[in-house]
Amino acid sequence: MTAFKRIDKQSHIDRTKLISFQFDGKMTNGFAGDTLASALLANGKTLLGRSFKYHRPRGIIGAGIEEPNALFTTGIGGRTEPNTISTTAELKSGITAKSQNAWPSLNFDLMAVNQLLSPLFGAGFYYKTFMGPFKKSWMMYEPIIRKAAGLGAALPDLDTARYDMRYMFCDVLVIGSGPAGLAAAVTAARTGARVVLAEQDFEFGGSILSSGSEELERWRKTQIAELEKSSEVRLLKRTTAQGIYDDNLVVLNHTPESHSALMITEQLRARTIIMATGAIERPLVFANNDRPGVMLASALRTYLNRFSVAPKKRAVIVTNNDSAYATAFDLAEHDVAVTVAEHRSALSGDLLAKAAQLGIAIFPSCGISDVVGEKQMRAVRLSGRHAVTIECDVLGMSGGWSPAVHLTSHGGIKPKFDEKIAAFIPGGFAKSHFGAGAVKGTFGLLAAIREGEVAARAALPECKKIKELDLPAIREDRKYSIQPIWNAAEKANEKYAFVDFQNDVTVKDIRGAHQEGYLSVEHLKRYTTLGMGTDQGKTSNINALAMMADLRGLAMSQAGTTTFRPPYSPITVGAIAGRTVAAHFRPKRLSPLHDWHVNNGATFIEAGLWMRAWYYNWAGNTPEAAYIKEMELVRQNVGIADVSTLGKIDVQGPDAAEFLNRVYVNGFAKLPVGRARYGVMLNDDGVVLDDGTTSRINDTQFYMTTTTAQAGEVMSWLEYLLQMHWTDLDVHVTSLTDQWGGMAVSGPNSRRALQLAFPEIDITNEALPYLGVMDFKFEGVGVRVLRLSFSGELAYEVHCSADYTTALWEHILNAAAPLGIKPYGLEALASLRIEKGHVAGADLDHRNTLDDLGLGKMAGKDKAYIGKELRFREDCQAPERWSLVGIECMEDGAKLRGGAILFAATDEIKGHGRGYITSVTWSTELNKYIALALYNGGMKHEGKEIICAFPLKNENVKARIVSPHFIDKQGERLHA
Amino acid sequence: MAKGYSIFSLVKHALRPSEPWPEAWEKPEPKSSYDVIIIGGGGHGLATAYYLAKNHGIKNIAVLEKSYIGSGNVGRNTTLIRSNYMIGGNTAFFEKSMQLWEGLSHELNFNCMVSHRGQMILAVSPGQVDAFARRGNIMRLNGIDAELMDRNEVMKELPYLDYSKEARFPVHGAIHQPRAGTVRHDAVAWGYARAASQLGVHIIENCEVSAILKDGDKVVGVETSRGKILSSKVGIAVAGHTSHVAKMAGLRLPVESHILQAFVTEPVKPIVHHVVSWGAELFYLSQSDKGGIVFGGHIDGFNTYTQRGQFHRIQNVMESATTLLPFMSRMRLLRHWGGIQDMTPDGSPFICKTPIDGLYLNGGWCYQGFKATPASGTTFAYMIANDQEHELNKCFSLDRFEKGKELDEYGIGNWAYKQ
Amino acid sequence: MRVPCPHCGERDVAEFRYGGDASKMRPTHDTGDLKQWHDYKFVFDNPKGPHLEYWQHVYGCRQWFKLNRNTATNEIIGGEK
Repeated sequence: MTAFKRIDKQSHIDRTKLISFQFDGKMTNGFAGDTLASALLANGKTLLGRSFKYHRPRGIIGAGIEEPNALFTTGIGGRTEPNTISTTAELKSGITAKSQNAWPSLNFDLMAVNQLLSPLFGAGFYYKTFMGPFKKSWMMYEPIIRKAAGLGAALPDLDTARYDMRYMFCDVLVIGSGPAGLAAAVTAARTGARVVLAEQDFEFGGSILSSGSEELERWRKTQIAELEKSSEVRLLKRTTAQGIYDDNLVVLNHTPESHSALMITEQLRARTIIMATGAIERPLVFANNDRPGVMLASALRTYLNRFSVAPKKRAVIVTNNDSAYATAFDLAEHDVAVTVAEHRSALSGDLLAKAAQLGIAIFPSCGISDVVGEKQMRAVRLSGRHAVTIECDVLGMSGGWSPAVHLTSHGGIKPKFDEKIAAFIPGGFAKSHFGAGAVKGTFGLLAAIREGEVAARAALPECKKIKELDLPAIREDRKYSIQPIWNAAEKANEKYAFVDFQNDVTVKDIRGAHQEGYLSVEHLKRYTTLGMGTDQGKTSNINALAMMADLRGLAMSQAGTTTFRPPYSPITVGAIAGRTVAAHFRPKRLSPLHDWHVNNGATFIEAGLWMRAWYYNWAGNTPEAAYIKEMELVRQNVGIADVSTLGKIDVQGPDAAEFLNRVYVNGFAKLPVGRARYGVMLNDDGVVLDDGTTSRINDTQFYMTTTTAQAGEVMSWLEYLLQMHWTDLDVHVTSLTDQWGGMAVSGPNSRRALQLAFPEIDITNEALPYLGVMDFKFEGVGVRVLRLSFSGELAYEVHCSADYTTALWEHILNAAAPLGIKPYGLEALASLRIEKGHVAGADLDHRNTLDDLGLGKMAGKDKAYIGKELRFREDCQAPERWSLVGIECMEDGAKLRGGAILFAATDEIKGHGRGYITSVTWSTELNKYIALALYNGGMKHEGKEIICAFPLKNENVKARIVSPHFIDKQGERLHA
Repeated sequence: MAKGYSIFSLVKHALRPSEPWPEAWEKPEPKSSYDVIIIGGGGHGLATAYYLAKNHGIKNIAVLEKSYIGSGNVGRNTTLIRSNYMIGGNTAFFEKSMQLWEGLSHELNFNCMVSHRGQMILAVSPGQVDAFARRGNIMRLNGIDAELMDRNEVMKELPYLDYSKEARFPVHGAIHQPRAGTVRHDAVAWGYARAASQLGVHIIENCEVSAILKDGDKVVGVETSRGKILSSKVGIAVAGHTSHVAKMAGLRLPVESHILQAFVTEPVKPIVHHVVSWGAELFYLSQSDKGGIVFGGHIDGFNTYTQRGQFHRIQNVMESATTLLPFMSRMRLLRHWGGIQDMTPDGSPFICKTPIDGLYLNGGWCYQGFKATPASGTTFAYMIANDQEHELNKCFSLDRFEKGKELDEYGIGNWAYKQ
Repeated sequence: MRVPCPHCGERDVAEFRYGGDASKMRPTHDTGDLKQWHDYKFVFDNPKGPHLEYWQHVYGCRQWFKLNRNTATNEIIGGEK
């Protein structure tokens, strides 16, 4: 049955632009200016969806953002979007839309069998069953129940769209472009202020678009034309103000008309905000009020006046307020036979007169008792004393209007109930927020325009000077009158009287929630799922709250309302993420040597934000193969590794030495110029914060290095101490991490390598002993050589400005080529340090004390340092604490693994063990697996046999506790 | 009609709609005194009252809730449960909780939809694989289920992640706990409330405590918006408002209040069948039985009692979601909200006595309040009933920072706002 | 939220890092016993209302400063260098 037709009437569609689209596999046509919904209605489609729980046939209810039913999956492949609201979706050619939540088809949906079970399926059904017969029984039922979840389906395909983010500012943001919004924007714009007008629709005008009035249309166009001429005004259609966050950050979700980005999220800091968000019509609640063809009265008017889509022959309007008469009159004027079921007993004379003139029959003191028809309504039965059945194509219902107060309460101001209009209005406006029009409960059109102007004048003092707005030449507003009817269902039919259409919440469910004591608004919502659908209860919440208030015998003002949370309407996740996704998710930090590594066979690994050279293909094609060769290179000859990621901090000032002396546990006050020292710093709690080597460049300048992972943290910490606490110290710290690059030249031939690279410089052991530091110029570039060793071999670090790091690296490689120098990567670097027993990231995890790491002796006994006091807390000094040991594997063919739990040989293998392996490597020197570990009591147990348990792989491997310094215990190589 | 919930009682009620279900929990007027008062009608408070009545035979109990029950974090979390803890003390406590979850619907005669769908925590570096292995090994050594998965195994289980070459923080492996999962959060509050109410506990909503009454160093009752109520034993279980209520007794605590935001998308057909967490940045996600993708990230990072989150944090979480699960890009965010989380310097909670006789503290739950609910209720009830710690909550003492016995499960360091 | 950096002016909160309670006096270096350091490091007022706290303009001038902010509303009451 076709309930609607396109009529020959001037409206906002452009009949010269035919648009083809696909719905459920069939090509269909509409016009530019249509929404997907209006085009479908024009094509006679009324059965458009199935409800969530009972799979009841559903059609379109609304003409805007409030639509609970007519949701489709649109797009294909990487652009497939479930749950697209057809009533706001602008019709574009090529749209592919599919109905949802029905199988095998909309018309014949097998899941509709759920309707038969509806007496069981009432509110709270799931909470009362599926508990047995066993513990964990839910696991049996859940997979079956889950199949019914969701509306549309999400496809795993990559999203092919791009999204952008922008950050803007303005003096006045006007949200909504209805009469109030246009008036506010024009008034504000006349001052030359930066004005943004945000409209969620693809056309400005709000309710004017649905009015069918030529005069209002003329006024609308005049205002828009003026705004378009104002250079400081940004006019944003297709832009939803989704939320207002602290300090007037308004998040706008904008779909540009033509742009490489599908959507742009705008973070707009607005000096003032004028909310002209309008109001949303409420359905009436009666039996089978969800049948396709039952719609909001205002939606019928919108389809008629904006889209030239009219009910075919007959319409019934049911109402408790005056606003629905605009629909009745407009329909009648377009040859639709109209009958009105009026809940009120009396009506003002002007309405009666006009109705009589248009041949509209009005049945007073009655509502709808039932709707006849399943997949398309055929008739309505009136209630009350006129129990007649009227055949009709559509039923337009109006239960009154709910101001769209959502944004006004994002900041925490609760709406308040206004008895006069039977609706919640803003409970007030935050500082710098203003409202105008229907959002404040002002339903008159001229009044809305006047309020818009007043709001702009209040927001901008500059408005004093500008002239008043021209008003459209229409007759004065009628007084709005309403008699609230929250539940118009007959008791026996309450189970078919829908409050929340999308989630299938009926009057019976609300009554059930009340009986069971789920009284508060939030309990009601959570227990019945009322208002939890994609429409977020825009049409259902107020009716439900009122019914609950009624059941509890409370006034609406006492019952309170639900919390309005952003977003105002569902917002695409990708649009908030913008371009900060996938490869661009977080900044990639690259060493100045990165390109060289790329061009010379490095495989990379992510280390925090850094991309680090993991191993090089000269040594092998897997990390396991490559790092062994690279280790051998360093142990036997000379290798070069990129250490640019180390934190590097320049510490300068007369008190620099004193400062470092306080920060590090060990002494730095007397560090001679030209010398480096390994230092450890603690947090205030006595737990290790970081370690690194700091060298003294001159009396008042030090060069600090930190671990890669903690570089930022240490920098902030030093700044905090200097700026907030030790303001008497004259010290400045500057991060050089990105400004300087560094490389480690390691191995017995490293000195020869540097001699080849810098033949002019004396780097003999005498000139540059272990822990010596030297600055010199090489070909005009400042170079700093530090004789440090992470690997345990004779080794140097060479640092210079990032601009020259690659040149210096290549120079050393070329100069030392005769020795066979090659690069080595992070894996080898980390393995070499394990052999030497240097602790690093894996062993330093904010849980370990100085003593745990075997470094307790470093701390000066008589010297003050940060963390000293709390370091000596009882448990931090307990003898059974886990502390650093070395471990060597005792089983041939077995492997030590990071994360293995350690037990004494005689222990039962259960519980928390006595420690764990922090890092493992194959030792090329010892030809076995070795590891660093933390072990209960530490080196007290040297030589003891232990079990390394790895139950995740069912392994127990025998090993022995040894010194963590696996190689060169005396440090002869370091000092060579 | 029978008070019990079952498919039979459902059918009976369906056939005889004239006979309504009874109130899930009664709504009595407060008496002038009780044996025990629990401040806070959230998950922990209600669970505590239930176990006090059930395990310890104390029936004269009041739970005082300033708003409606379950209005705090039990109704605001992302519904995850797991017992993958490796620090001594935590491991046994959270496993106890998991065991109680397993039988909870049955025990309470209220379907909390305890879904053991498994949690996969994705490792993004070899080092993280080792760290997760340590956790998994400890779990296995303590009788808790855990599996280590390599990248290929993860690809099979979670085919919708980004495995492309461009993927930032690529998946190296995962630790999987099959028994981890989700629970219908509101049902936990309602189920405990109903069961406690049936045992005679008074659940008093809209009753805000304004003062804790003391006689010297002993607690004697509370002043409330519904009058003075006396009791010699008062338990505090108010999550984000822990400091606020403790201050009424003159206590200052190692607790900061922070907002944690949570998110849900529109419902879609089932696509995510596990709980998925990420090792790159704190991020966790699951799909509810209704179809919405429920997810969250890190706290906003500064003290606040407002339940309004900052937008840049929302951005961060959407970025994580889209990067890890590219299909999320086209999903629509339906709602987001915030809960006030009681953060401690080591990320672990307090279930302990206080310097005031008869005043007991349950708080500092950080990210783990929800999953801890049953064990928290059990042990807190034990402590209140016996005036001494239960073996399982000994480690959650107030003096652990003074003694150097922090329980820093994730090695983050002693900063409440970074935990 | 907008945070007033005393050096750069008002900026989005995303540019800053929070540094904890600033109402407590840090014991002078090399003084204070375990108890004093414990209270300084571990015990917080955590008021629902005005709160003096540290912030650093970490993605800006990198200066630390103290801010008085109402934790019940996120309103900035005042700042100091």
